[in-house]
Amino acid sequence: MTDIRADFTQAGPADAEFGDYVALLKPRVMTLVVFTALSGLLVAPGGLHPVEGLAAIIFIALGGGASGALNMWWDADIDAVMKRTAKRPIPAGKVTQGEALAIGVTLSAISVIMLWLATNALAGALLAFTIFFYVVIYSMWLKRATPQNIVIGGAAGAFPPMIGWAAVTGSISIEACLMFLLVFMWTPPHFWALALFMKSDYHEAKVPMLTVTHGRRATRTHILLYTIALLPVALATGLTSIGGPVYMAAALWFSLGFLHGAWAIWRRDEVQAEADSYATEKRVFRFSLSYLFVLFGALIAEAALRNLPAYADFAARFNLMEMF
Amino acid sequence: MAIAREHPLHKRRSGRNIGLALVLLAFIALVFGLTIAKVSGGGSIEAFDHTYRPMLDPDTLIPAEE
Repeated sequence: MTDIRADFTQAGPADAEFGDYVALLKPRVMTLVVFTALSGLLVAPGGLHPVEGLAAIIFIALGGGASGALNMWWDADIDAVMKRTAKRPIPAGKVTQGEALAIGVTLSAISVIMLWLATNALAGALLAFTIFFYVVIYSMWLKRATPQNIVIGGAAGAFPPMIGWAAVTGSISIEACLMFLLVFMWTPPHFWALALFMKSDYHEAKVPMLTVTHGRRATRTHILLYTIALLPVALATGLTSIGGPVYMAAALWFSLGFLHGAWAIWRRDEVQAEADSYATEKRVFRFSLSYLFVLFGALIAEAALRNLPAYADFAARFNLMEMF
Repeated sequence: MAIAREHPLHKRRSGRNIGLALVLLAFIALVFGLTIAKVSGGGSIEAFDHTYRPMLDPDTLIPAEE
């Protein structure tokens, strides 16, 4: 007689904890998605029912998480080589690639359909395009093909404030485009600063990061140039209906701080950077994170302050769009 | 082997099941909340209900008085 007893106590590679599935959704990246989407939603004219707003944020975050899972599915080989990503659920052997693919596809469909039902078709379509852009255009194509991967791929991370705006208004305006551009222009210097001090990672994984293809000197120059280009975008956002004195002060101060950091990175060479273990590059990377949070936080503060009639009148003077 | 013997695997699976249950419950609560928000926030809800009603027929609408 054949013994068909199964040994249920043997853990397979796919026997993950709940937290491993959460890690698949890149929760740290999700905080940025949630925050910028929330900003877009709060600064948009009009408003949503609080439950609709909450649902919109949850489904935008879920869409971001789904694209994170699909990115981990596709990039499992790269993640296994890089120190920074070697502990992710797939290379760590906790979640299988098939599971990540299934979770990514399912959550993508749920998030897009639910955002559409909760708000409108434009917001749903933009979320679908964002997932497509991040997974297909960035992960599958650009990341392994060109050193401009971060520049063009950064667009995927720049869509959430525009989706938040579209969820409320059902349209796209100059303000939504400028919020998009703000994240889009911020992404390259932020990631190149990271690439400078995570030097061996991208090289070993054969990812054509700018540091690998064009060298570290060129990367330092690129960081400075993109930070200079970020300044007018940050200030132009303050001259629209969502800007005002609080945002302008924050944008000016933090943009100059970012520029100062980029200048410090540009002035250094590898010998100096090695000597202090890339202290400046790490400092600028951290600063760039707070930069985005402060600027979008200032936009939310402007929206809140505009409830005071006296402030609203004063802030309207900053609106260049109104003058024409 | 006693059937109730604990193994770390059971703990992991139980955590996974509880996590999934909480996510599903939260999803149900959100869809319920959304339904309430949509129904209470929208305009009058009127649709075809299998009997002819002239007010739903654009051809029979009486033009507004000048």
